[in-house]
Amino acid sequence: MHHDHHPSQPKIRTENLSRVADGKVIVKDVNLTVDEGEVLMIVGPSGSGKSSLLRLINRLDEPTDGVVYLDGVDYRTFPPLELRRRVGMMMQTAFLFPETVADNIRFGPRQRGIELTDDEVENLLARVGLSGFANREVSRLSGGEAQRVALARVLANDPEVILLDEPTSALDQEAKEAVEGVLQEVIREECLTCIWVTHDLQQALRMADRVGLMEAGRLVRLGAPEEVLHA
Amino acid sequence: MLSHFIQDPIYLAAAQALIAGGLAVVMLIIASFYGIHLEKEIIVALVRGLIQVVAVGSILLFIFDGPTVLGFVILAGMMALAAKTAEKRAGDLPGAFKITFWGIFIGAGSVIILMTLAGVIDTKLTALIPIGSMIIANSMNSVGLALDRFKGEVESHVGHIETALALGADAKTAVKPYTQAAIKASLIPRIDSLRSLGIVWIPGVMTGMLLGGSQPVEAALYQFVIMAMILTISGLASLVSALLMANEIFTPAEQLALRR
Repeated sequence: MHHDHHPSQPKIRTENLSRVADGKVIVKDVNLTVDEGEVLMIVGPSGSGKSSLLRLINRLDEPTDGVVYLDGVDYRTFPPLELRRRVGMMMQTAFLFPETVADNIRFGPRQRGIELTDDEVENLLARVGLSGFANREVSRLSGGEAQRVALARVLANDPEVILLDEPTSALDQEAKEAVEGVLQEVIREECLTCIWVTHDLQQALRMADRVGLMEAGRLVRLGAPEEVLHA
Repeated sequence: MLSHFIQDPIYLAAAQALIAGGLAVVMLIIASFYGIHLEKEIIVALVRGLIQVVAVGSILLFIFDGPTVLGFVILAGMMALAAKTAEKRAGDLPGAFKITFWGIFIGAGSVIILMTLAGVIDTKLTALIPIGSMIIANSMNSVGLALDRFKGEVESHVGHIETALALGADAKTAVKPYTQAAIKASLIPRIDSLRSLGIVWIPGVMTGMLLGGSQPVEAALYQFVIMAMILTISGLASLVSALLMANEIFTPAEQLALRR
């Protein structure tokens, strides 16, 4: 819905994506594709390189080898700031800026000289179930509310792809369900392409179109959720 | 009392130095009773400080009437040493010496040149070198404070900085709150000392001028001049170094390149 591209082209394709840091192999030869509107969940033990893989896809870290294609285009041809606008990221912790909720929502567009109106902010908040929260100070939010503000803040950039790095793993059960529900709705409504890292296999079964399993920096399996998780 | 026994001013000063140093040794002995063992550091610092300051005094004696340009050469050397000292505060941050040097050079250097041109600082080496060194020392402290704080702020806000980058902010914007905090932190001691000037303390220059027989009001005004200059150079030096540092910790692709 955002950008025209060849329909058979995957939204994201990685080719031998690798990162070595301080002599340690963190991500090794990852080849994967994600189609537009698809949810790929990445599972695997801690330290297997799941988060590191995500950080390569929005170029928060530099691959030491390999490349990512966005709509078939080498992602290094885009200015990093534009790439990150198009490929949004939500982390395990919200990392809200110590201002109001509205200031946080406006942060991304502001970097491009766009000032969201009060209505636009309110609409974004309504989509994550936080109507009327615009003027709250972020220090007064619960963990689940903070994560939903973080999601609205990413959506404000109108991304095509969203990278989720364990967005619910720091939350209690109730908040986790709420955030997961909001994410599911938003991903479907926006037809967002999504790479979602989780350590929760049940969550992977619930949310994934496909699942990838990482071990020691490598993507060792990739396929239908039941296939990968029950093998 | 001492001057009753010793007439020669050099011997008198040496005797005074001996008494002051002896007092420090007494403090050291008391401290060691409380299990504070800094004997080696303190003795080394005392001896080193004495040798260095006497050496500078001796040099000043020789170049008393030297050309102004010699003064600037000496001050430039002092700036390099100051940058080396401040560098240690930056820990493992990349490119630290370059940053501390430019911070001190631009902060202290510009003010020394401007004030010399304006006639606020005398071009005689006996004025230029001590006042210049005071300015350099203060810019060194400010740069050190700014970098120390900047490093701490960045290390404790890696998540916020990377979140800002991930939302499409450039490096400068992502790190701005922490650059600001660092500059503020380096200026607060200067503002406090200006605020308490004359009430809580009568600082070195004024003390020296009074001891040298200057008019108290003249000495006070000149002290204010010095303090205002120190505030200016502190701000400039920490601003330059914090901005350079903010630049240094990111890659050209707007990635935070700090070791974690």
